[in-house]
Amino acid sequence: MPVNTPIPGVRTETAHIGKSVLVRGELSGSEDLYVDGEVEGSIELQGNSLTIGPNGRVRASIHAREVVIHGRVAGNIRAVEKVELRKSANVVGDLATQRIAIEDGAYFKGGVDLQKQAAPAPPAPVVREPIADPVPETKPAAAAAGQSTIFEAGK
Amino acid sequence: MQSLSKLFRGVASAASVATGGEGGRAPARVQRRSNGLSELSRSFRGEQGLCVLDLGPTSPQNIAYLTGLGHRTYNEDVLLSSLDPTWLKPAEDGGQVIDTERFLAENLCYEKNFFDAVFCWDAPDYLPADLVKPIVQRIFEVTKPKGLLLGFFHTRDAGPDAPYHRYHIGDTETIEMQRIAPPAPGTRQPDSGPGRYHHFRLQRIFNNRHIENLFHDYASIKFFLGRDNIREVLIVR
Repeated sequence: MPVNTPIPGVRTETAHIGKSVLVRGELSGSEDLYVDGEVEGSIELQGNSLTIGPNGRVRASIHAREVVIHGRVAGNIRAVEKVELRKSANVVGDLATQRIAIEDGAYFKGGVDLQKQAAPAPPAPVVREPIADPVPETKPAAAAAGQSTIFEAGK
Repeated sequence: MQSLSKLFRGVASAASVATGGEGGRAPARVQRRSNGLSELSRSFRGEQGLCVLDLGPTSPQNIAYLTGLGHRTYNEDVLLSSLDPTWLKPAEDGGQVIDTERFLAENLCYEKNFFDAVFCWDAPDYLPADLVKPIVQRIFEVTKPKGLLLGFFHTRDAGPDAPYHRYHIGDTETIEMQRIAPPAPGTRQPDSGPGRYHHFRLQRIFNNRHIENLFHDYASIKFFLGRDNIREVLIVR
């Protein structure tokens, strides 16, 4: 269920789930999200940040650019950039991210896998075979397709 | 001279929430050289990507240190988990005991031969009696052959009111000990944040023979005596 679709030209605001709200299912969006209620299922905010407020109770897998937790989370968390556990956080699940910050007082049960961002792979050189002449006419070999740049978060 | 009855104590009031430091600040830390940690660090020098299990309270410093070395770290505060009253079941004598099967079904659940190193700290000295051997056995199962365990055991000089500490890795041979005082009577602590430093009461004292029996399935045990009341033990799976 998309939370909000940003309108071109309008500054993105943070979507907010209040503490009395319960959401079950797949939660996805293209803006930052603040959860102070209850979420069960999954949260997909690939290029955006997720904040779990002090009243937040999340039982979901999480995928976001950045995740800041003040409340309770049970589920695996994958953050492209970083995960922060504030002192009131209670997190059970595995964390996969580039950077992690945990305040003293936070409770964490699970694994931490810090993944360095890999350098982008250089595009493969285009190879063209010379056109044979004169006859018979041969079609030039198909050029090797350039690889798209893929950023992998991993070792 | 301590009486023998004090060597193995039943589970009394094992834990309570501590005041933490004064004014809600984190308690101060004292540095301590650790020969056991030094030997463990030497064994893994230059290696990366190891799987390490920390059985103590969540320590941001330990997580930062281990991940900074390129290792994957797993945290599981078994002492805190053991406090959960939902693990209790009726005993034959009308009392209550911990359902160890159910506890292990939801705690320390990892693949066999998964960890290269395990930091037990002094958990066996504080755990409920019913959980000590089952947890040691579970650690055996999830640790790789030749994997290392570092454990701290109080000596006979530590009385029943021996202070409870949290342990933080300083560097390859230094531990920071953070003393957690018991809470003042009638004090109500917050559920989270710096005030949530759980205090545990020493449950038992292991002598060397007890430790050898406890880890009899393991390959070898090395003892390091310290100047304080703590005996360090490095165990090879």
